[in-house]
Amino acid sequence: MQPVLEIENLRTSFMTSSGEVQAVRGVSFSVDKGEILGIVGESGSGKSVTSMSVLRLLADTAVIKEGSSIRFEGQEMTSLTKKQLRAIRGEKIAMIFQDPMSSLNPLIPVGKQVEEMIREHHPEKGKEELKRAALELFEKVRIPEPERRYKSYPHEFSGGMRQRVMIAMALANKPDLLIADEPTTALDVTIQDQILHQLRELDKEYGTSIIFITHDLGVVAELCDRVVVMYGGLVMEEAMIDDLFDHPAHPYTMGLLASMPDLEQDKSVRLTPIPGSPPDMTNPPAGCPFAPRCPYARNLCAAELPDFVETGERHRSRCFLQYPDAPADGNNPFAHTSGK
Amino acid sequence: MKDQPILEVTGLTKHFKIGRKQTVHAVDGVSFTLKRGKTLGLVGESGCGKSTCARTVIRMYDVTAGKVVLDGTDITDMDQKQLKPLRRKMQMIFQDPYASLNARMTVRDIIAEPLLAHGIVRTKTQANDLVYPMLEQVGLTKEHANRYAHEFSGGQRQRVGIARALVLQPELIICDEPISALDVSIQAQVINLLKDFQEEQGVSYLFIAHDLSMVRYVSDDVGVMYLGQLVEVCEADEIYRHPLHPYTKGLLGSIPIANPRLARQKVKSSMEGDIPSPINPPSGCRFHTRCPYATDRCAQETPVLKDAGGGHFVACHQV
Repeated sequence: MQPVLEIENLRTSFMTSSGEVQAVRGVSFSVDKGEILGIVGESGSGKSVTSMSVLRLLADTAVIKEGSSIRFEGQEMTSLTKKQLRAIRGEKIAMIFQDPMSSLNPLIPVGKQVEEMIREHHPEKGKEELKRAALELFEKVRIPEPERRYKSYPHEFSGGMRQRVMIAMALANKPDLLIADEPTTALDVTIQDQILHQLRELDKEYGTSIIFITHDLGVVAELCDRVVVMYGGLVMEEAMIDDLFDHPAHPYTMGLLASMPDLEQDKSVRLTPIPGSPPDMTNPPAGCPFAPRCPYARNLCAAELPDFVETGERHRSRCFLQYPDAPADGNNPFAHTSGK
Repeated sequence: MKDQPILEVTGLTKHFKIGRKQTVHAVDGVSFTLKRGKTLGLVGESGCGKSTCARTVIRMYDVTAGKVVLDGTDITDMDQKQLKPLRRKMQMIFQDPYASLNARMTVRDIIAEPLLAHGIVRTKTQANDLVYPMLEQVGLTKEHANRYAHEFSGGQRQRVGIARALVLQPELIICDEPISALDVSIQAQVINLLKDFQEEQGVSYLFIAHDLSMVRYVSDDVGVMYLGQLVEVCEADEIYRHPLHPYTKGLLGSIPIANPRLARQKVKSSMEGDIPSPINPPSGCRFHTRCPYATDRCAQETPVLKDAGGGHFVACHQV
């Protein structure tokens, strides 16, 4: 099956007064049709910059480096003009963000804003038709009393309701790809739960592919089919959802899973944090970016960047310890899984 | 004396007037007890009043009604001057380590300030004798002392905030979402630090967070708030294993499960609708507008918090 989106060797940097910040340093992955792909990582991992690079919604200081490729439905996006990208945005690719207030116009009733989104790409549609379509979308995302709420302004909505309006706008033109950047992070768990269910239903109904960016592995487990784990501007691990939780194949993923308590966590046992803090991307480490915090790191890890190793079906990990010739001593957590 | 709770809150109410006619019922009749050396977790959706409750307890706000007793002393009606000596006993750690540290002060001065303000030391040199060991206790070094907060990562800043609160050796610390702004890999570092201090110094925490699994992990008792009221409170494991209030059940059901197989078994979202406005809270049980089990009685009569057995308190007509 042809993937909807193929990203290959994406490198995005920001040219700042204190030097080049290499936010994304060679990222490759693809998104299948109808698939919900999670991108997990902490702040500074490059997860948002990766997704913003697709529609080039980046600051003026950003540069997508030579040799990067982003193909959407077979079309190379990096060579398109801003105008051409604008025609795709909202029509074929839609985005929702963490803070819906910053994406909504405070002076225009929400219904009109949804209509505008449709008219932008379908100027032929009449007034009645637009209103009907917008109301239908409001019902779809379960905004109560759509007729009345249609005329409301964004400030009259709660955070959860605003995010629903954003989803309605994003779905207005039945996009092939929805990029959702931490859309539930600012919401309460109860509202997050509602939005996640909604996204899953919409994915089923429209067959829209979704890229869901989050720092929360719990959310990923609830929603995603497949996961990309990012750290220090690189993909560290990529796996089907069950595989990632059953057989994490990278020490960083293992660290993340170990550092969050679940509801069964023994309270007398201390949590296992990942020591240290993430790397400074103005001066990224030469080797594996996780090496300084990795409990299994060897000299080699700090010096050289490992390649990907296939550890299972559609499962790959960027770690020297997964190499066939990696020493199988006591400090290699994968010694028993590699079978060498 | 040892058995005396560090904090006793009875019928605490905090209303804010907005304009001439409207009142925000932020906290309404909340009662709880925090035992010495223990942690009470407060959970609930945003707008449920958990932060206002904590800030009223620590007397950042004046009390509208009710009583706050800190370590045997009634502080409900004390003015700020009377409160000052007591502030040594109660400190606060804030959510946003970016906003709560003075950008123009070095880390040393930030941590020394409360020592000087309370007259524990007279000079900055004296303060250093207490500041340096404190820095090491929170996992920073002497070298960090002369730097400014903006030079630090979020996790390190939160350590500075913790050091500032702990340097006075308080007996009660209000932790208002202390880890929400931090990355997952850093959260566990801060939580371990807070737990170590409790073990070593017997400090008590009022711990406010929306991450329910973290609250369960750090707390001895957990209280659930909804629209300004405490709807359920009991021992932490008990509330997670046997939640009695329909709201607690819905809240717990909404937590994302970091286990894809279990997560797939969930068929629908646990709770519908949004939290209503605290300006005109619903009559009777405030949760009745969202409660799947609500009856006519729930809309008319406010349920009181009562013991459902073994110290498991719940305010619901159906229990």
